[in-house]
Amino acid sequence: MAEEKSVSTPPAPKGAAAPKHVVVGQYPPPPDISRRNFLMSWAGLAWGTFTLANGVGAAATLRFMMPNVLFEPPQKFKAGKLDDYEWDKPDERFKTAQKAWLMKTHADWNKKPAFIALDTTCTHLGCTPNVLFSESKIKCPCHGSGFRFNGVNFEGPAPRPLERYKVYLDPIDGQIIVDKTKKFLYEKGEWEDKESYIDLSSA
Amino acid sequence: MAKKGELGRVWDYVVNTQVWRSVMRHGYPDTPRNRSLAVLANLILHLHPIRLRKSGLRVRYTWCMGGLTFFLFLELTITGLLLMFYYRPTAEYAYNDIEYLRADVALGIMRELHRWGAHAMVISVWLHMMRVFMTGAYKPPREFNWSIGVILLVLTLLLSFTGYLLPWDQLAMWAVTVGTNMARATPVLGHEGPGASLVVVPYAEGAGTISVVHQASDVRFGLLGGRFVGAATILRFYVLHCVGFPLIAAFLIALHFWRVRKDGGISGPL
Repeated sequence: MAEEKSVSTPPAPKGAAAPKHVVVGQYPPPPDISRRNFLMSWAGLAWGTFTLANGVGAAATLRFMMPNVLFEPPQKFKAGKLDDYEWDKPDERFKTAQKAWLMKTHADWNKKPAFIALDTTCTHLGCTPNVLFSESKIKCPCHGSGFRFNGVNFEGPAPRPLERYKVYLDPIDGQIIVDKTKKFLYEKGEWEDKESYIDLSSA
Repeated sequence: MAKKGELGRVWDYVVNTQVWRSVMRHGYPDTPRNRSLAVLANLILHLHPIRLRKSGLRVRYTWCMGGLTFFLFLELTITGLLLMFYYRPTAEYAYNDIEYLRADVALGIMRELHRWGAHAMVISVWLHMMRVFMTGAYKPPREFNWSIGVILLVLTLLLSFTGYLLPWDQLAMWAVTVGTNMARATPVLGHEGPGASLVVVPYAEGAGTISVVHQASDVRFGLLGGRFVGAATILRFYVLHCVGFPLIAAFLIALHFWRVRKDGGISGPL
């Protein structure tokens, strides 16, 4: 870019070394600056502060998107006492509001008496099945998956049993508490977990 | 520019990949030619002049008020967008959502940022116009850009006015009630305005006339979606505030910047 030489630069004598910087217009050449010099300079401080402020702003914005108040039903609910339930019949009183079937059963999957809470979500594609009391089974209307009352699948495309919620008795008033934040999956052997049922062996 | 070391080789590799070169059409802007290309080839930057007069950079000349106004517009767009995630424009929920934003949403200053930003933008727009007037920057060849600026001023005030209703408290309702009463006096189109009484159709042979522009058909009625500030009004003002006016303003801002460039950059000192 020899033709961009400034008019203010006096013509170099013949044979002299070319100037280190091409001078454009009237501005002086930029000073040589090393990375360390830059970071310790006012410019470095300014850019550092700017970057920090942007980072904090971005983090605050992400935090803003996480609501502090949830307008949805609590994931843990009280379901009355054990005496309020019939034996061996899935109880549908919490089906609509909480998506749960509660049941006292004499014969759970391991032949032991227990109180269980089943998730009403079909394990095939997520529809909500119906309890067919006359046929003693839970049947999904979408693709025909069938489950025993204890949640074990036996027909149709559902690949695994219904999921179970955590259940336990409130130590103070003795009511059943269903905690939907914790699920127990049969195929992972989690139905053996003490939290997945209320033991009714003594009842 | 050749860089040394391992990092330099990685850099050289990255900038020569097809992906990089398909996005970046020119090299690093360290030559006058690449600097010009960097501005020309960029959708946003091409609105801006490629080269500026040194006088145009003096803060004491421009006060940077146009730039600050644009910055505030961006700030208001972003905070407004975030507020839309929590705010529902209905008579039933609006006030509660504002309270929720203030009291329970994380870092509850988002609404305050929006509000303060809005106040600041109105101020900076006025100061910008004052600077342009004082420096004679409205004179030819920039008279068209001045006109766009006047429209943008009106849009800023309309944005401010429509946003004022959204908290849906007593202050907002009565301020907008008073403000929109002015529309009653719109010539011809407002039912109390001059000329409105002339817009009539004959009722029947010798049985007088029916007025066309009345309380439930004039421009104020269309603006409020009713005879009074009510449930329909808040939705209308919300849509205008969040979509209508910002879209028009964004288009005119782009035109405004582009005309600054086309009209020969920022005006020089007197």
